[in-house]
Amino acid sequence: MSDIASSVYVRRDLLAERPAPVKTTGFVGLVRTRLLNSPTNILITIVSALLLWFTIVPSVKFLFVDAVWTGTDRTACLTENGACWPYIQAKLPQLIYGFYPEAERWRVDLTFFLAAVLLVPMLIPRLPAKGLNASLFFFAFPVVSFFLLLGGGITGFGLSWTAGLLQLFDDSIIGAGQVLLNLSKTSAIAPLLWVLGNLIVLVGTAIYWLIFPLTWLRDQLEGTGQSVWTDFAITTAAVSLISFVMGGGVRTGWRPLASTIVTFIAIAIVIKLMGLDHGGLPVVQTRLWGGLLVTLVVSVAGIVTSLPIGIALALGRRSTIPLIRIFSIAFIEFWRGVPLITVLFFATYMLPLFLPGNFTVDGLVRALIGIALFTGAYQAENVRGGLAAIPRGQGEAAAALGLSWWKTTSLIVLPQALRHVIPNLVNSFISLFKDTSLVSIVALFDLLGSLRASFADPKWSAPSTLFTGFAFAGIIYFLFCFGMSRYSLFVENRLNAHRRN
Amino acid sequence: MTDSIVKITGLNKWYGEFHVLRDIDLEVHKGERIVICGPSGSGKSTLIRCINALEEFQEGEIVVDGIELGPNLKHVDAVRREVGMVFQSFNLFPHLTVLDNCTLAPIWVRNIPKRDAEATAMKFLERVKIPHQANKFPGQMSGGQQQRVAIARALTMNPKVMLFDEPTSALDPEMVKEVLDTMVDLAEEGMTMLVVTHEMGFAREVANRVVFMDAGQIIEANTPNEFFAAPQHARTKLFLSQILR
Repeated sequence: MSDIASSVYVRRDLLAERPAPVKTTGFVGLVRTRLLNSPTNILITIVSALLLWFTIVPSVKFLFVDAVWTGTDRTACLTENGACWPYIQAKLPQLIYGFYPEAERWRVDLTFFLAAVLLVPMLIPRLPAKGLNASLFFFAFPVVSFFLLLGGGITGFGLSWTAGLLQLFDDSIIGAGQVLLNLSKTSAIAPLLWVLGNLIVLVGTAIYWLIFPLTWLRDQLEGTGQSVWTDFAITTAAVSLISFVMGGGVRTGWRPLASTIVTFIAIAIVIKLMGLDHGGLPVVQTRLWGGLLVTLVVSVAGIVTSLPIGIALALGRRSTIPLIRIFSIAFIEFWRGVPLITVLFFATYMLPLFLPGNFTVDGLVRALIGIALFTGAYQAENVRGGLAAIPRGQGEAAAALGLSWWKTTSLIVLPQALRHVIPNLVNSFISLFKDTSLVSIVALFDLLGSLRASFADPKWSAPSTLFTGFAFAGIIYFLFCFGMSRYSLFVENRLNAHRRN
Repeated sequence: MTDSIVKITGLNKWYGEFHVLRDIDLEVHKGERIVICGPSGSGKSTLIRCINALEEFQEGEIVVDGIELGPNLKHVDAVRREVGMVFQSFNLFPHLTVLDNCTLAPIWVRNIPKRDAEATAMKFLERVKIPHQANKFPGQMSGGQQQRVAIARALTMNPKVMLFDEPTSALDPEMVKEVLDTMVDLAEEGMTMLVVTHEMGFAREVANRVVFMDAGQIIEANTPNEFFAAPQHARTKLFLSQILR
């Protein structure tokens, strides 16, 4: 009762009007509470404002206000202090295609178009058919773009390739045996070398007879005019049969069989469309490639191949099998220990000296392999960091359910490990993208290399061309890297949905 | 009796020089519920982890449902398919939903079509009373719920034996009951269970036999009534006097 009595209230004196409190919201409020709320912050604000003033204002002035927008040669850019955009306009084809022949540049455009058409739907999670999309991008697209960009055709198919590969393998075995036999004539341990050499030659000869039906068939096919299509038919039949049997035979093998046949029909259509069976498109040597084309080819190939390499090495480094572990550690430490420039230099100028005489690898491919292995070693350590973050109980729980090591790794451990290290992985991708500019020291003209080559043109020699060119290249690099960075943030948020409550 | 489902004979295990398990002989019959207790470090977890080969051992033999598991750990996968395990720290897969946690093994180990696996998983989730949480991630659930999902996940493989490695030790006191209730239900349905636990009430209520371990060996094994009322060995008496107040 007393509660109610004490809550009885009658106002005695009325309150006077007061001014509104200091604003804490809106722009003014923000300035007051965040920027100017203490002497230190006032100082920092002033310094920052000055910094912005001294960087942004001149940049805008250079890029837009003082810039020259039209012109046909250097005379237009001599008078002003701003960027010389007509120069970029005139050199744009060179910056994108390098020395790729003008008549064939549609092939590059088509490749870019195909890449975009396949990549964009893959990056948008809402769109369906991710499996088909990914297999097209990771398997079909590289092959198609190879024949599109480089040109050339094929003289055989699966059967000829298998026969050729086996023959190469066998030849090198016999070759090794012969070398040993030759050595045995002069060496101190002659009998041992002689026995070993003869043994290897014997094995090689045995393999020769083992694969003889295959090579014989290949030679017969090459005799006929329609070698590609006959070979194609044989390969299709063989692979279909294998997938049918592996898929479970009459009981469950029909689906794999159907998908194999559809795949081969698609391959046939591509071969026919590009005329690969009789020569294909005119060959454009990779030394003519250049500009953004080389930058994108090297970086996309590097990104796509370095991650699997990194995962394999990281798993290898944690393996319980000593040989695999030692190999992985040695590989990672070697590639991380040498600078990329050394790797590229070695791959380009020294490797040909070590390879057998008739065996050449294209210069671009050599640089590509170098970059992929180099980044792969870094990715391996990133992935290993993620693997180390997965509690042992996860693997134990999966094993207790009866999952094999491969399934435990690919379904439980890796998906979690990779999610932990997305920022690090993308970090490496971004640095790979920028490191592609190093290929210009091994005579490959990427975006930056083409740009520097274009500086030599006297027609556009003006004080501002250098700055304009580098500003343009910087903007291009920034757009790609920023895109990767933002997309990785998006993926990270999406995949880590389970960590939010 | 011939219906033994787990038979351990002469099991010995060393961690380096440390002799963790010494001459363990234990036979578990079909439908039997065994509670293993003992002070920490007595080797009880190690013992049940040997049964599904999460730990290797140096001497002895374990036969699970007729499948022989020797020191060389042959037939590991076959044994693991028949043995379900529930861990102290749940070990649910945090990147998969509750339903996916429960369908993963049936799909990838038993090759059951996804739809059937999901139906089975829902059935077991209903049995542990969390079907409405099937699409949540483990991180969004309480410890007790997570442990019940872990039980359901093990059951989806239709195991012949269930191993529980201190299933309630990592739980808040309030959640212990819901997990124990689930285990009691399971016991009443006739599941063969080996439970490492300190829940003596559960042992009294459910177990056919209580096994007391210390220093890597079985000190005493008896029916719960005998075990709690009249422990024989001095070590058992000391242990019981310390945990039962």
